[in-house]
Amino acid sequence: MDVYLPIAGMSVNALVIVMLGAGVGFLSGMLGVGGGFLTTPLLIFYGVPPAVAVASSATQITGASVSGVLAHARRRGVDFKMGAVMVAGGLVGSVAGSFLFELLQSVGQIDTVISIVYVIMLLSIGGLMLRDSLRALRPGPSPRAAPRRHNRYVAALPWRMRFYRSGLYISPLAPFGLGLLVGILTVIMGIGGGFIMVPAMIYLLGMAASVVVGTSLFQIIFVTAAATLLHATQSKTVDIVLAALLLVGGVVGAQYGASAARRLPAEKLRLALALVVLAFGLRLALQLTYRPGEIFSVGPA
Amino acid sequence: MKAALVLLLAAAPAMAAPGPRLFADLSQPRVDISYGFDGAELLVYGAVQYPRGTLPTDEPRIAIVARGPDRAIVVRRKERRMGIWINAASAVFQTVPSFVAVATSRPVNELLDPRTAALWEIGLPNLALSPIDNASDAGSFAVGLRDLRRRAKLYRQDEHGVRVTENILYRARLLVPSAAPTGRYSVAVHLIEEGQVVATVTRSLDVEKTGFEAGVSRFAAAHGFWYGLAAVAMALATGWAASWVGRR
Repeated sequence: MDVYLPIAGMSVNALVIVMLGAGVGFLSGMLGVGGGFLTTPLLIFYGVPPAVAVASSATQITGASVSGVLAHARRRGVDFKMGAVMVAGGLVGSVAGSFLFELLQSVGQIDTVISIVYVIMLLSIGGLMLRDSLRALRPGPSPRAAPRRHNRYVAALPWRMRFYRSGLYISPLAPFGLGLLVGILTVIMGIGGGFIMVPAMIYLLGMAASVVVGTSLFQIIFVTAAATLLHATQSKTVDIVLAALLLVGGVVGAQYGASAARRLPAEKLRLALALVVLAFGLRLALQLTYRPGEIFSVGPA
Repeated sequence: MKAALVLLLAAAPAMAAPGPRLFADLSQPRVDISYGFDGAELLVYGAVQYPRGTLPTDEPRIAIVARGPDRAIVVRRKERRMGIWINAASAVFQTVPSFVAVATSRPVNELLDPRTAALWEIGLPNLALSPIDNASDAGSFAVGLRDLRRRAKLYRQDEHGVRVTENILYRARLLVPSAAPTGRYSVAVHLIEEGQVVATVTRSLDVEKTGFEAGVSRFAAAHGFWYGLAAVAMALATGWAASWVGRR
């Protein structure tokens, strides 16, 4: 069934887009990743203009995260105080990101920068997660829970606050900075940033694992909503029809993902996510070195 | 049909122009882009009227050029730098038609000499794109641009796309793809004799968004903030509804 996207200015097969949203939504609910790092490249591959794919995927992530947050909140899996600090950082970051986006777009390097940033992040985070999940899955010698690591630099920051649900007494500057970085990435790359935030919250901040996913989704809702507003007013690339199609599949997938997460062991989930992240990183790295199908590209003068 | 045309030709004042006259029309004056639009097919058709109603022994040579609105664009070329492919060089073109469809009754090089074809911009290689800088290298960018647009089906050329019947009637199909930009298109029909354009008729075609789609894109352009807010509200409502349904 073909549907015309008013902002993208093209027809798409509605079923393909809905299925894409469902697949990504399943991952979102299960692993606490927004899934934008899958949605955006897949949409571009399908032929949607990159700017529209980035903006509309941010909108879709907002909706997909709501059902995730509600599911996690019912199980007391959201640290709202920590989330609020990260949202504040994310809002500052998203405004900064929108200026950076415009600058890179005007010099024609936005696509390359996006790809390189993806590769660096996917490979380093995927590698880190793979190492840890393999270590945890290995039977025998290390049955003890990994000691809560207090990062030296995070501990050195001033104005400490108590975050009860996270079980932390740390400076809000650390989660604020993390939110800021992710906010920049949300606007530029159309991702929620969960695949960066979740490991950073575990390894860098040392948050209790039970609130990591819910809190990251909580931050994602607000920052992707801000990204949608920024794109809608500045680059005018939000396609509400595209976002709605992705959402229809996404919210259904997220429900199944959330219930699947309760039945599957956490360490295996982390291993699965690590492999997905690594595979995407390698795929993108290879793609950068191949001769692209189209040598020429066109932009407004 | 044939009888009616002969009657029409006979009735026309025989004296007027010494050369042939050209008539043209489109099967529809506008293309509406709406929900489910996946391209439109139009018919460009017409007739040639010869002095004193004579019928030529040779079929008339027709070239049809449909163009979308011109845009200023920058074309970028990727090159391999330090092992990866990045945008390295660029060229700016001032008058690039957003859509071009060329249909002729026989290959362009049989109709016109290259210079005349370039003057009338008949044929994809003959588009005047007006490069403004980087002039030495502009040719390769223009070739790249044409290939890119051709693969996107925004530029096309069919050297046997014009059908001629009875040596006076002609018709050609014009395909408007779903990615076609909106705006006023021009459809020019040229009659060519002995390597010269002897008559030209131009019709305009409006490609517009209508219905829900038009409303959405107009609202998005005029009230970006409220449009963004609506998109966020839609996303939140859908997510909440799904969660509510999922819990039951």
